[in-house]
Amino acid sequence: MALKIVKGSIDRMFDKNLQDLVRGIRNHKEDEAKYISTCIDEIKQELKQDNIAVKANAVCKLTYLQMLGYDVSWAAFNIVEVMSSSKFTYKRIGYLAASQCFHEGTDVIMLTTNQIRKDLSSPNQYDTGVALTGLSCFVTPDLARDLANDIMTLMSHTKPYIRKKAVLIMYKVFLKYPESLRPAFPRLKEKLEDPDPGVQSAAVNVICELARRNPKNYLSLAPLFFKLMTSSTNNWVLIKIIKLFGALTPLEPRLGKKLIEPLTNLIHSTSAMSLLYECVNTVIAVLISLSSGMPNHSASIQLCVQKLRILIEDSDQNLKYLGLLAMSKILKTHPKSVQSHKDLILQCLDDKDESIRLRALDLLYGMVSKKNLMEIVKKLMLHVDKAEGTTYRDELLTKIIDICSQSNFQYITNFEWYISILVELTRLEGTRHGHLIASQMLDVAIRVKAIRGFAVAQMATLLDNAHLLTGNTQRNGICEVLYAAAWICGEFSEHLEDPMQTLEAMLRPKVATLPGHIQAVYVQNAAKLFATVLRKHDGETESQAAQETSQLLIDRLPLFVQSANLEVQERASCILQLVKYIQKLQQKNVEVAEEVTALFAGELNPVAPKAQKKVPIPEGLDLDAWINEPPSGSESEDEKPKAVFAKEEPKHSRSRHTEVDEKELARRREVRKQEQASNPFYIKASPSSQKVYDAPGVEHIPVVQIDLSVPLKVPGMPMSDQYLKLEEERRQKEKAERKKKEKKKKREKRGKERKADSGPESEEDITPAHQVDIVTEEMPENALPSDDDDKDPNDPHKALDIDLDKPLADSDKLPVRTHRPEVLKSPAEDRDGESVPQETKKKSGKEKKKDKEKDRKRSKEEKKKKKKPKEVEEELLESQPEEAVQSEETKEAAAPPTSTSAEASDLDFWLSSAPVPPAAQEVTAPSSSAAAVDTSSAAAPESEPDEPKDTEPEDTKSSKHKKKKQKKEKEEKEKKKKKRHHHHHQHHGDAGGEDSVQNGTVEEEEPLPPMSNYSLLAENSYIKMMKEDADQVYDIQGNHQDESKVVVSVIFENKSDSFLKAMEFNVLDSLNSKLQRPEGAGAHDSLTVPFQLPPGVSNEARFVFSVQSIVMPQKLKGTLTFIVKSDESSTHEKLDFKLHFTCTSYLITTPCYSDAYAKLLESGDLKGSSLRLEGINMPFHHLLARICFHHHFSVVERIDSCASMYSRSIQGHHVCLLVKTSDQTVSIDAKCDEPSLLGNVLDEIKQTFSKC
Amino acid sequence: MIKAILIFNNHGKPRMSKFYEHYTEDTEQQIIRETFHLVSKRDENICNFLEGGLLIGGSDNKLIYRHYATLYFVFCVDSSESELGILDLIQVFVETLDKCFENVCELDLIFHVDKVHNILAEMVMGGMVLETNMSEIITQVEAQGKMEKSEVRAAPLSYLLEF
Repeated sequence: MALKIVKGSIDRMFDKNLQDLVRGIRNHKEDEAKYISTCIDEIKQELKQDNIAVKANAVCKLTYLQMLGYDVSWAAFNIVEVMSSSKFTYKRIGYLAASQCFHEGTDVIMLTTNQIRKDLSSPNQYDTGVALTGLSCFVTPDLARDLANDIMTLMSHTKPYIRKKAVLIMYKVFLKYPESLRPAFPRLKEKLEDPDPGVQSAAVNVICELARRNPKNYLSLAPLFFKLMTSSTNNWVLIKIIKLFGALTPLEPRLGKKLIEPLTNLIHSTSAMSLLYECVNTVIAVLISLSSGMPNHSASIQLCVQKLRILIEDSDQNLKYLGLLAMSKILKTHPKSVQSHKDLILQCLDDKDESIRLRALDLLYGMVSKKNLMEIVKKLMLHVDKAEGTTYRDELLTKIIDICSQSNFQYITNFEWYISILVELTRLEGTRHGHLIASQMLDVAIRVKAIRGFAVAQMATLLDNAHLLTGNTQRNGICEVLYAAAWICGEFSEHLEDPMQTLEAMLRPKVATLPGHIQAVYVQNAAKLFATVLRKHDGETESQAAQETSQLLIDRLPLFVQSANLEVQERASCILQLVKYIQKLQQKNVEVAEEVTALFAGELNPVAPKAQKKVPIPEGLDLDAWINEPPSGSESEDEKPKAVFAKEEPKHSRSRHTEVDEKELARRREVRKQEQASNPFYIKASPSSQKVYDAPGVEHIPVVQIDLSVPLKVPGMPMSDQYLKLEEERRQKEKAERKKKEKKKKREKRGKERKADSGPESEEDITPAHQVDIVTEEMPENALPSDDDDKDPNDPHKALDIDLDKPLADSDKLPVRTHRPEVLKSPAEDRDGESVPQETKKKSGKEKKKDKEKDRKRSKEEKKKKKKPKEVEEELLESQPEEAVQSEETKEAAAPPTSTSAEASDLDFWLSSAPVPPAAQEVTAPSSSAAAVDTSSAAAPESEPDEPKDTEPEDTKSSKHKKKKQKKEKEEKEKKKKKRHHHHHQHHGDAGGEDSVQNGTVEEEEPLPPMSNYSLLAENSYIKMMKEDADQVYDIQGNHQDESKVVVSVIFENKSDSFLKAMEFNVLDSLNSKLQRPEGAGAHDSLTVPFQLPPGVSNEARFVFSVQSIVMPQKLKGTLTFIVKSDESSTHEKLDFKLHFTCTSYLITTPCYSDAYAKLLESGDLKGSSLRLEGINMPFHHLLARICFHHHFSVVERIDSCASMYSRSIQGHHVCLLVKTSDQTVSIDAKCDEPSLLGNVLDEIKQTFSKC
Repeated sequence: MIKAILIFNNHGKPRMSKFYEHYTEDTEQQIIRETFHLVSKRDENICNFLEGGLLIGGSDNKLIYRHYATLYFVFCVDSSESELGILDLIQVFVETLDKCFENVCELDLIFHVDKVHNILAEMVMGGMVLETNMSEIITQVEAQGKMEKSEVRAAPLSYLLEF
């Protein structure tokens, strides 16, 4: 054994490593494949060895070969072996290889579950990190299910590095295992306010990704994101949030109104182009969703368009591109604002960059009007001539057609011009879009009756000159045009001047080289022409001409009878026989014209796309039922008709089987058949019936370029340019005429037939050259508006369409391993265990019903609101005194996952108030520690089996309480309000209920009194300052031994009617605490507050302080100076305040495992102290929640009326509490490695409880 | 979401490829070829975005790339990513490579593709942007490098122990 190992390590020296492999491949350029195959053989040998180092090296090389395109899945098991190495070096190689080549089909993946779990819980953060990274690439539904709980625990890891990875990977877990979304969501949401910006950004990222696919489920997060948007300085986060708002606004127009102001501010202030661009984009989305009813609407649009113009004019091609892209979004709703920049966009058509030209083309689409269509198309035609490369030219071609045909040819005033444009386009060499042009020709000819004569003439010329189109090869896409030409000439042959000549052209031997389906149309339409010719000569006795025509057909058709194409052959032989018969009759001088014409009688009307699909299934028709009972026995044969039938309309197959006797069924079938037979549009969708842009056949026609140096000028064909001149003259003339005459009634008629014109200014004044009758598409009677065909049933995000506001139920749990006893309990799990069972039980019964009802109510309400949102808002405000409403809102907002209906009204309220009220702002800011308590317990994933013991008594209590609650609900609103006020133990001066934030632990049996982490800092008649308890404390890595940084959030609220600006914030630094000022600023310089405050508005600013010693509380004197600007005057004002840093604010909520806690206490490094509180009249869990909330502790363990708690200071001091309660007396024994810090913290705790 | 990150040189030779959705090896090679074909025929000084190729997903996708000397860095992303943001990210990526390799050149990438992967793993995870702060990325990469080194030093000992 030992020898083998020695041998292994010696061998290793001679092994190739990755670098050798790469070098070797580079040295064997000629026979690379051969060299690599020998290398793979070597690798196989290496993988057989026991030495893990050798294996890892081999796997490393395989990863490289995988990149070169070699399949390495055969080594999957070896990769798993390397992944499970205890050494980080090898583990990383293994995980990298796995992430490159594992996928859902890799069967060894199921072997990795336990290894990954082990790595996730490794004490080494990089083991965990590497496992998370790898897992993110190859997670399968099984892995997601088995590991979801482990990953969720990691979301609360102490290290931000792990937290952010765990948060990010949750998205992948949700995708693979949608059931995990609901249980994990509360914690994910909590991470939005993680102190670490990286974690925060990851959470924003995940939620944005989720919300993008199912935005409606995330609307309730809007206030939270709004707060993040106004407070964050991280552009990455901002961009994501702003993009998210772009997705949310279409669902909630009121949100848009709220967004406009901060977004426009950002647009004005930011220097980051990426941010500016996204802001503009979202403002556009907002404006689209509002589309009306905004007073300063046009100002915002103007701002966007202006900024975009700057982007487009920029020399940076990237900005130019994006500017055009965003412009096209504005175009959809506000074409006029864009149209004024036509010059700029036409200029972009000449850009050397194809991407930019294409974007400009997109824009042109929306910029055309009746007035400028011809001019724009002319310009495009010039570009078609100039364009190099078929792709761009084809793109131009499709755009020209798109532009002209949009909204039912709305902008075309002269169809002769359009036909000539189409004919001109047929001269493009080697275009792929022959079919597109053809379908346009058909469409126009069918739907614009007035143009048929002209069209037929043009098509006849085309057919005559078919050789020019087909060139020397029949494999040219443009020959598709002949399909249309032949059909038009045949169908509308009565307009032909010389049908005989056209007939002759259609039966030339060269036609046989065309594709089969075109030949078939030729043959069929030759017959139609034949009928026309006969009719023309009708009445002439012994008509020589008619007989000559018959002879011509009899001479030429045999060529087609021999065709290899079945369709052509069948039609040709059929018609040939017919003509032969007719010839016989002619020779007997029988009048045949009438009968022959009757063969092709009838008008073809266009049918709307999807028309057939929209026909509802008649009552009592079961498409799955047997039409005729199958004869028993030979089942295999009978499958067929069923399959065919089901294939045709699988969507409608509802099992609505009613007993209808066979006769009835047969009768119905007969009727239907007849109906179908008499309906010419039933059978198939001929290209004429609808606009087919993506015809299936076209791709198969290979494109061959033909070299024609001389531009083709087909004799007798008009040039579209002539029409431009003619049109102008015509318009001039009309204008002159119109001055004399009143508006014609004719136009009114036209207005009815077409959609209302929304084009610019004098649009209405332009009458079309022809009296145009655009035949509208036919729709079957009682068609259903079924436009849900666009959804992709395979979209993985469909499964994630989950209502996140509904309370968690018993079933919403992540699977937890049970076969192994839990040694380590994370604090989160601990806390979950405490409160979860009651909660779920409680929710499962009545509450659920209530929720449902509320849901229904809400949807009704929303409907109402859609109709007249303003009225409802007013109602809301009138019916309840404002304060009550607000306090309710605040309470509910802090407990989002548990309260559905309140949530909705919450959002409504937040949205309904036009300026940002302070309450709403704070609502969105539950301190992270509070959120940790309530959301993690709401998550309810891990319930401990030993719980029921202490929940039982509480349970009974809760039911009592519920009764009470119900009673309360019956009481009048006024009383309710009073009652709630009673609960507000903690008002801060006159801030009142407005700034109180409840931590909303609704899962407890009794509602927790509200807790706030905002306190009044100072106030005068102009402004109010409120400070958030500095729970945003964090130490910046690397310098924690000497000083720590503390972030203080201050809310400024403008109480006056004037505009407050130029606010400057300053404090007198002490030796210990200093305000962080930008580099270069003096020690006494003040900081400018980065915003201004319009009347009634509040906003939040953050200031960073550096603190040296944290064992003592600190007070800093400070001043805020600002300018009050009213209409007449502006005055300088100032406000003094005292900034109080408690010792508590230096503590960070840090989870602690119970065993680690025990060790800590045993170590003996901590010094003790204790505290007794008398007359505490509140439930124990409220007490704990208060300590957690106000003093940033976390519960380690709780047994009955005794709990151990833990917190850590930013400088790493451990603080441990043992809290016991009995008869209104609470004793707290505390230990800490810094006695003075402990003393101060205890004092502060005492103070907290003396207040209540 | 980022769908794929590709690095190839002026001749289309792949130097690193990272797909965040599964494709077979053949498809991956096709995608690289197609992307190279699309990107390489574009002039310098034109915009860095282009509508996605045919193979890698649909109309929602975009290719965002930068060309540095002999290398193309291409990110294939969907519409949830900010175009300019991704351009910045590529810049961060390249600057990080430059710091980690000390004046990075194509040869570094050729011989140390594993290291490139490890650096990328600190920036993008499972197709989502993990970290954009260069110093943070470098700190993490270096810390892991150190760990690796300490293990290598320890390695011979472990063989001796087995005797």
